[in-house]
Amino acid sequence: MAPKALKEGEIVKFTVFRFDPSKDKAPYYVEYEVPYRPGMTVLDGLLYILEELDPTLSFRYSCRSKICGSCAMMINGVQRLACETQISELGKRIKVEPLAHFAIIRDLVVDMEPFLRQMEAIMPYLYPKEHSSEPRVDPKEFEKYKSPSDCIWCGACVSACPVASTDPLFLGPAALTQLYRFAVDSREREDVKPLRLLIADSEASGVWRCHQVYACAEVCPKHIKPGSVIAELKRMTLKARLVGKI
Amino acid sequence: MERHEVLVVGGGLAGLRAAVEAKLRGADVAVLSLIYPMRSHSVAAQGGINAALGNADPSDSIERHAFDTVKGADYLADQDAVEEYCRDAIERVLELDRWGCPFSRFPDGRIAQRPFGGAGFPRTCYAADKTGHAVMHTIFQQALRLGVTFYNERAVLRLAVDEKGVRGLVAMNLQTGELETYEAKAVIMATGGAGRIYARTTNSHHSTGYGMAMAYWAGAPLEDMEFIQFHPTTLYGTNILISEAARGEGGILLNAKGERFMKRYAPEKMELAPRDIVARAIWTEVLEGRGFENEYVHLVISHLGAEKIMERLPQIWELALKFAGVDAREEPIPVQPGQHYTMGGIETDKHGRTRVLGLYAAGECACVSVHGANRLGGNSLLECVVFGARAGAAAAEDVVSRHFDAKEAVEKALREVEDRIKSLNKKGAEENHSNPYRIKREMRETMWKHVGIFRDREGLEAGVEKLRRLRKEYYEKAGVPEGPKVFNLALVDALILEGMLDVALTVAEGALAREESRGGHYRTDFPKRDDENWLKHTLAFYTPEGPKLDYKPVVITKWPPTERKY
Repeated sequence: MAPKALKEGEIVKFTVFRFDPSKDKAPYYVEYEVPYRPGMTVLDGLLYILEELDPTLSFRYSCRSKICGSCAMMINGVQRLACETQISELGKRIKVEPLAHFAIIRDLVVDMEPFLRQMEAIMPYLYPKEHSSEPRVDPKEFEKYKSPSDCIWCGACVSACPVASTDPLFLGPAALTQLYRFAVDSREREDVKPLRLLIADSEASGVWRCHQVYACAEVCPKHIKPGSVIAELKRMTLKARLVGKI
Repeated sequence: MERHEVLVVGGGLAGLRAAVEAKLRGADVAVLSLIYPMRSHSVAAQGGINAALGNADPSDSIERHAFDTVKGADYLADQDAVEEYCRDAIERVLELDRWGCPFSRFPDGRIAQRPFGGAGFPRTCYAADKTGHAVMHTIFQQALRLGVTFYNERAVLRLAVDEKGVRGLVAMNLQTGELETYEAKAVIMATGGAGRIYARTTNSHHSTGYGMAMAYWAGAPLEDMEFIQFHPTTLYGTNILISEAARGEGGILLNAKGERFMKRYAPEKMELAPRDIVARAIWTEVLEGRGFENEYVHLVISHLGAEKIMERLPQIWELALKFAGVDAREEPIPVQPGQHYTMGGIETDKHGRTRVLGLYAAGECACVSVHGANRLGGNSLLECVVFGARAGAAAAEDVVSRHFDAKEAVEKALREVEDRIKSLNKKGAEENHSNPYRIKREMRETMWKHVGIFRDREGLEAGVEKLRRLRKEYYEKAGVPEGPKVFNLALVDALILEGMLDVALTVAEGALAREESRGGHYRTDFPKRDDENWLKHTLAFYTPEGPKLDYKPVVITKWPPTERKY
């Protein structure tokens, strides 16, 4: 992270994607000049534009500390969270565009609904067992779902995945990672487990559609490795099939 | 007009838990959320959630949890409510575990617990240092499983109220820009804290307090608003939260002279004294010239070792690296106090009911009060699940005897919102209108400067006057040029500013009136707690001219107030 020598007050040029589907025939780009201050992030830059230069700009944001997942967008062509991206990493020219392969609602705001339908399709919730007391969880089991549980539903991995971005049937890296997360949790009812693996095994939408490109892992802001998780899910699915569990 | 028996305003932890409970009890329930629910600020809670499970130390008990909470609150908490809260804690946390919350574990498989500020035992259950994310996603998942209805990206702007209570509400659908009306028999406010009324805050951009303002306008008083928690350790520069877990795991605080200064302020508990005490200690060091750059002190965790840091505190390690360029495995983290939590809020009883029929509140926007003058770390996630569940249960029970009848009240509320938008757009077309973002910035600076960690009459009077001036300017001159309908952030932010200004005024007026020091409210001109005159809750009632203050007694059951020593 060698910071470029940006000085306080120096002008950073933001080239921002603009598009209002209700009136614009085609997207266009607007250039804004943002005075740099130390520690400034791309989100800070966008907020400066909104508050001082152009009240019509639209984008999503909330926590500003990389935990809510609102502000995934293309920054200089790569899926990143605007809130965690330091301007000093990028230098004096920054191009900001909506998350690739998502439909655009306006400007940098994309339609998250297809992504959410993918997530919901894998039943992203645990079917609880009845326990009389506190369940014991083997720390080894905990290690399996620890990292996948960190998912913030930002959509970066789905945007980066070459399969998910061209095949709307594929469940995609985020949803399959969540599927795995629940499939390995022993606190869930046993009778649900085969159903989970059947969903994973679906020819049209499941794990076999993953080509193991690992673009997902490169962009995940929470350092989850969906490609590796899916590879493990493939093994689990295959095993279940071989022993006749599904 | 959409119609549901129970409407929950806010998709964070308290709102989701309320919705789950109402749904489990058979009510028709829908959640309206300004942002997608999984974006809610509950995800930013880090350190943990308290429950006297006794996993770390079997001699812990519900009663000890209650006592620590009452003492931490500087005796302003209602003790009957605290006792029930600490009792419910155990079942609510075990339920989270059954629902799949990824809690960190002891080697024997039980939920791990760590020490936290102001607590007599290691009582804080955690999921590394991402507990809020873990807990809130768990409840969100269960809400999805149960089929709770969601209206996402809806900015709720007004409650519709008549003489029989709440009838519904008016919201803007951000994705279309249209105003929508909703009819309900019960409305549960779960809109979070008001951190953004302050310049330096750990809170998300959407923690504006607007939900509190809506309840206040609807006739529910705001309780104990002057009690603001300043978190001792927020990252210098951005004020991003650096969890108390860092100190719970053994982190220490050093001033610029290399002194472990907490020994002068809390010789026994040191860094694990309650937050109000540690925050004042840090700020005293800075103000007296023993800080770095007159702004911050050092939080040192490097002696814990890289392995423990990466296991227990991975998020704060990454936040310090990303946002301050500091590798906490080797270097100290620069920290300063920042606004963190709103102890006050919409006055409720132990079941989330307000004085307005059909209106409920839970979570940070509410004041039961279990936190009194200072909340202990690990008690806010707990508050969301305990009182979220209680409010959801109460609403589901009460709707049986309430009827839908919203038309007139909703139309009136809709007209109010339309008029406000028209007024902002009309002024926005005028050459010399005021930029609402500038008004907001001045409000936030005023709150930090005059209604901050240390307060006195002179500063508070100046603060109140400035806030009143900004409020006047807002109504007379604030404008937003007519813009795109869809996702018009500038318009929504300007609408929300109206509520922020009113909420800020309740904090400042309450602080000016309260001539004592207690918990998070510290008056340099009245540095002692004064139980004779001020062992009472403040209530702020809305009037168009500003808040009208009243008071009510504190409920004392087992623990008579004594001096708070740590």
